[in-house]
Amino acid sequence: MSEIKEEQKGLRVKPINNGTVIDHIAGGQALNVLKILGIAGTTDATVSVVMNVESRKLCKKDIVKVEDRELFEEEVNRIALIAPAASINIIRDGKVIEKRTVDLPDEIVGVVRCQNPNCISNTLEPIKSRMLVKTKNPVLLRCLYCEQPLTDRIADYLI
Amino acid sequence: MFMKRHVLTMREFSREEIDSVLDLAASLEPYARGQKSDMMAGKILALLFFEPSTRTRMSFETAMKRLGGGVINLGPAEGSSISKGESLADTVRVIGGYADALVIRHPKEGSARLASQFSPVPVLNAGDGAGHHPTQTLLDLYTIKKESHLENLSIALVGDLKYGRTVHSLAYALSLFGADITLVSPASLRMPDSIKSDLSSKGTRVRETCDLGEVINNVDVLYMTRIQRERFPDPVEYNKVASCYRITPEFMAGAREGLIVMHPLPRVDEIAPSVDETPHARYFQQSFYGVPVRMALLKMLISGGS
Repeated sequence: MSEIKEEQKGLRVKPINNGTVIDHIAGGQALNVLKILGIAGTTDATVSVVMNVESRKLCKKDIVKVEDRELFEEEVNRIALIAPAASINIIRDGKVIEKRTVDLPDEIVGVVRCQNPNCISNTLEPIKSRMLVKTKNPVLLRCLYCEQPLTDRIADYLI
Repeated sequence: MFMKRHVLTMREFSREEIDSVLDLAASLEPYARGQKSDMMAGKILALLFFEPSTRTRMSFETAMKRLGGGVINLGPAEGSSISKGESLADTVRVIGGYADALVIRHPKEGSARLASQFSPVPVLNAGDGAGHHPTQTLLDLYTIKKESHLENLSIALVGDLKYGRTVHSLAYALSLFGADITLVSPASLRMPDSIKSDLSSKGTRVRETCDLGEVINNVDVLYMTRIQRERFPDPVEYNKVASCYRITPEFMAGAREGLIVMHPLPRVDEIAPSVDETPHARYFQQSFYGVPVRMALLKMLISGGS
């Protein structure tokens, strides 16, 4: 919270009354976080993005604020794919009513595509990509279909 | 003992499940040799081969027919619903309604797992791209058990160990039996590190060498594979490498007595035809054993239990 308060004092982005603040995103990853959350450029939601601000916990961090939307746990947990240190603050009437860290689930469905071009999941079959989470730190994913691992450059394969 | 609904990869088999398949295959061998059976009477097996295959397709067909069952064939993809753009998911849902089990070979990796998610009947993976071919591994194990021994086995896997899916799943399965594995390949076709470390983590002894002559008198089984010409941009380099991994009766003179030579076939020139006449050759028996092993799997999946 202290870093959020400090940032509020500087009025880089004004505090929100209701919604979700995602803090401690690794610097430069905010737009990928929005992608994971399914918030595209055409969204109606009020979204604030702060990138590469100084952080004591991380060298540089990003912050995302989504107004009037309380993100579900399963939605935010997927953020751990690229921002394992992220913290989630649910805001109601200007107060933080819930604060939690992200925890990657055992399987990620429909978020990351397989890097194997010959995998059946990269065809027009009526299936979603399914990645099994083999290790969480560092993140190691394995395609349920072709079993090919995906370790680095996960952000490049976000759907 | 055998609780599988589908046969997709060897990794899903325990040692006990492998043993139960091999035991049942042994009891079915007389039927594979022609003894009459109606065990599968009234049952239908569908063959969905989206890629060419000779021995795998024909041995599945033989296995089902020798047990008294019927076979339906997708046939060439041209002119079928596939050429009209039907998805694999729809194809297996439809054909799964006609048959009691499906055998699938498809060029895309993971296709058999996808088929298993949509099929109302058991699916057997007969090769999914560079992925898995578990029935080949089971018939290899059966051959080793019948013609040599699975306990305290010393085996050399020879040739293309980088791209060959057959040797990857065989090495994994042999690790369940505590085999001593020697990997013999040119430097450019070595087994991937991820597979080697997986084997070592299971306590399997793995050695690597480029020299086939070094291992010939130390192993019980020589498992040869084809080195594909297209892996080498330079034909001179290919010829040099290929000649180092070609066995002849003269070369076999230094072999341990009782050593057997296996090959998933088709061979090109890695085994001289004159080796066929030596007591070491077992690759044609190996090919035949595909029938009782596939009979066992069909019986277990379609009729249930052993």
